[in-house]
Amino acid sequence: MARRVVISGTGPISALGVGINDTWDAMRAGQSGLRPLTCFDPGAFPCHVGGQLDADIFKVRNHVPKSYRKAVKVMCRDVELAVGGAVAAVLDAGLNTAGVDNEDGFMIPPDRMGCQIGSGLIAADVQELTNAFITSLGDDDEVDLAKWGVTGMENLTPLWLLKYLPNMLACHVTIVHDCQGPSNTITCCESSSALSVGESIRVIERGTADACLSGGAESKLNPLSYYRQTCAGRLADSSGLEVHDVVRPFCTEAGGTALGEGGGLLLIEAKESCEARGGQARSELLGYAATQSCDHDGLSANSEDIAAAIDNALHSASIDANAIDAIVPFGCGIPVIDAAEAEAIHTTFGDRAPSIPMVLTVPYTGNCNAGNGTIQLSVASRCLETQSLPARINTGTNAGTLQTGPAEATDAELNTILVLSTGQGGQNTAIILGKAT
Amino acid sequence: MSDSARRIVVTGIGWVTPMGHDIESVWQRLLNGETNITPIERFDARTFPTTFASQVRDYDWTEFVEDPAVHGQPGMHTQFALGAARQAWTMSGLDDATELNRHRVGIYLGAGEGVLDFQSYQKTSLASREDDGHTVNTVNWGKAAEQFLDGIGEVEQEPNMPASHISREFGIRGPVYNCLTACAASTQAIGEASSMLRRGDADVMISGGTHTMLHVLGVTGFNRLTAMSTRNDDPSSASRPFSRNRDGFVMGEGSGIIIMETLEHAQARGATILGEITGYGSTADAYRITDIHPEGRGPAAAMLEAMADAGIDPSCPGADGKPPVQYISAHGTSTSENDHIETLSSKKVFGDMAYKIPMTSIKSMMGHLICAAGAVEFITCLLMLRDQVIPPTINLHEPDPDLDLDYVPNVKREAELDTCLSNSFGFGGQNNTLVVTRF
Repeated sequence: MARRVVISGTGPISALGVGINDTWDAMRAGQSGLRPLTCFDPGAFPCHVGGQLDADIFKVRNHVPKSYRKAVKVMCRDVELAVGGAVAAVLDAGLNTAGVDNEDGFMIPPDRMGCQIGSGLIAADVQELTNAFITSLGDDDEVDLAKWGVTGMENLTPLWLLKYLPNMLACHVTIVHDCQGPSNTITCCESSSALSVGESIRVIERGTADACLSGGAESKLNPLSYYRQTCAGRLADSSGLEVHDVVRPFCTEAGGTALGEGGGLLLIEAKESCEARGGQARSELLGYAATQSCDHDGLSANSEDIAAAIDNALHSASIDANAIDAIVPFGCGIPVIDAAEAEAIHTTFGDRAPSIPMVLTVPYTGNCNAGNGTIQLSVASRCLETQSLPARINTGTNAGTLQTGPAEATDAELNTILVLSTGQGGQNTAIILGKAT
Repeated sequence: MSDSARRIVVTGIGWVTPMGHDIESVWQRLLNGETNITPIERFDARTFPTTFASQVRDYDWTEFVEDPAVHGQPGMHTQFALGAARQAWTMSGLDDATELNRHRVGIYLGAGEGVLDFQSYQKTSLASREDDGHTVNTVNWGKAAEQFLDGIGEVEQEPNMPASHISREFGIRGPVYNCLTACAASTQAIGEASSMLRRGDADVMISGGTHTMLHVLGVTGFNRLTAMSTRNDDPSSASRPFSRNRDGFVMGEGSGIIIMETLEHAQARGATILGEITGYGSTADAYRITDIHPEGRGPAAAMLEAMADAGIDPSCPGADGKPPVQYISAHGTSTSENDHIETLSSKKVFGDMAYKIPMTSIKSMMGHLICAAGAVEFITCLLMLRDQVIPPTINLHEPDPDLDLDYVPNVKREAELDTCLSNSFGFGGQNNTLVVTRF
């Protein structure tokens, strides 16, 4: 008999703020975190709007123990977000770790604590590299490798490479919170968070940890990542649009997504361990499945494979499609992906599809890539806990019959919620969360 | 019967390495103690602190795929993986398995990121400076990127692209993962893939890794960390794990891919079984960004967990007096710290019996294939079990007095092998160990 697994702490981080309360309050009130970007000037790119988390709300040095403040210097933005999300998750779960000042909390033995974090292809800082490049210019005003090899590279800090390795998110989080169990870094674009949670479930089921910090974080709010997303045809054209009109999932006007920085971590825990320590399950992970779409170049989506993920997740949860009370789709605003998700939902839920409430997160936070699924799961978990749904903001014309248009926050009887992701590269996931019992 | 009772076997192997692109010829070279470590050809590294590497040569990925056009312009990490995957797939006989349900075939790779296009990147950055000569104007940068960077090439750098291309080549529709835990990635991928098969998430998994960091910023990054050997006057003897005068690792590149199945699935289709994965352990150091825990806490815990998973008591010899594990494929990077702590960890785990367990590092010959290293080393374990012979640790002429285990110096050795451990430890503190057993 497999161990039952719960979410016992949520720590989302995004333009809406740090922690589930700020996230939830903004979504209840219908207040988007999207705004014109100021962290860099995206003028050469189509989308000028994004989910930027400002320094007056989040400074990573305030989220690490004093003894670890020196390490902040070698954290890229993605690491900062993961470290911030981890503290929020640990506190929400009522834990005490080496990384938080929470003496009333419970301390899980370090070797029973795992860590699975989704992360992206982290872009090195353009300015930092350029500062080094200009020390090695040749006659043609380009980098002369002969100079670079001797003196140029010395302008990069010795630990430069370690700022940008994708597994540095998990590295810092495991150090701060002393997680000595299995630790992994999943790099599958927007499906990374959900795949990480799937892995945490498996790690806990097989008994090599009792709890895992799990989720993902990413920031593509920098020129190189923005360029790559532009090349992949994923960004909306924001020119001439009001900020709130840029991301319109499932709408006829949708032309792409906007990016956000964020994600965060969840505490995924064996139900019996959570109960034994007097922790509070926020929701239960009832089902999980992943599939691959292999018939395109990874930039599109296939409804059959998304539907297969949903079916397999329902099967693993041993429930019928009729039991699903709400859906948190990826809903990113990229038309081919929205269409495939919508078709998969129609395939699985048939006539009932238009009556199922949908919860959309990307219009609030932007597409947080490897971190996006953590925000979706945190919100779904809070829906189950509070038996209510946040507001939906979406200004376009509904392209179909699913519940994707604007709606006020409302109470709702919710027993199970389906959470979906479809990442660049073709990975699809479906997770079924249940009300904690 | 619990899910964990499912037995997991390997039915196909393939690799693309600096020493060749097929299993048997590279295996013979490893047994002969050869290397292929030479000055860097990919870019002009003549003034770099390290000027040499272990490089894949004369490799044409299009020979390994059905229709190259389907793949567009794959990155080099994808190119390596496609060749290794084709070899493994062909060996496994899955091509002929008409009943194969591709929804029940998954992929778990430990693939690194693609190659950063340094020349175009520096052009873009330098062209976008303000009048002050150093401040990058990001609007200019975006416009210069259009001019200089290759858009498809940038998208293909994602670490999940090798898995994505493999899924396209073989029509895979089951669960697909890519993990990136530095030098531990492909060992971790194989371990987690075995965990997925045990759980029943798939019947067949394609696993392993692929990587190259042989580009300007990759070599720069490791040189800045002073992690690489700088023995520029003698590249072929530069990788010298466990030697007194080792001075860092030698960068390699390539891919190792394996086909794993539940025993039930493999037997039902009459597949040839190359070995059984009986144990997997994974831990985090949670210690420091750059250093391994001085007592080898994490590596030792990973080895112990893997053996516990396999039902092996490390302190208990077999009835014939043989150690319970007869070979350890060391992470053995040839850095001062790794080789010291790996030796310490082995002693911590096996006590006095550690001296009786041969432990070699094929990185002495192959170099360090970073994310792909673990998979390539795991494949050599399977070949050792098949042929009952251990390849040497070469360049070990001046032993380190503190490192006193049996590293099989310089010359291969015949041995009776039933059970091997394969270790991989990564920057960032991930430690992974696999147990592989003769079937």
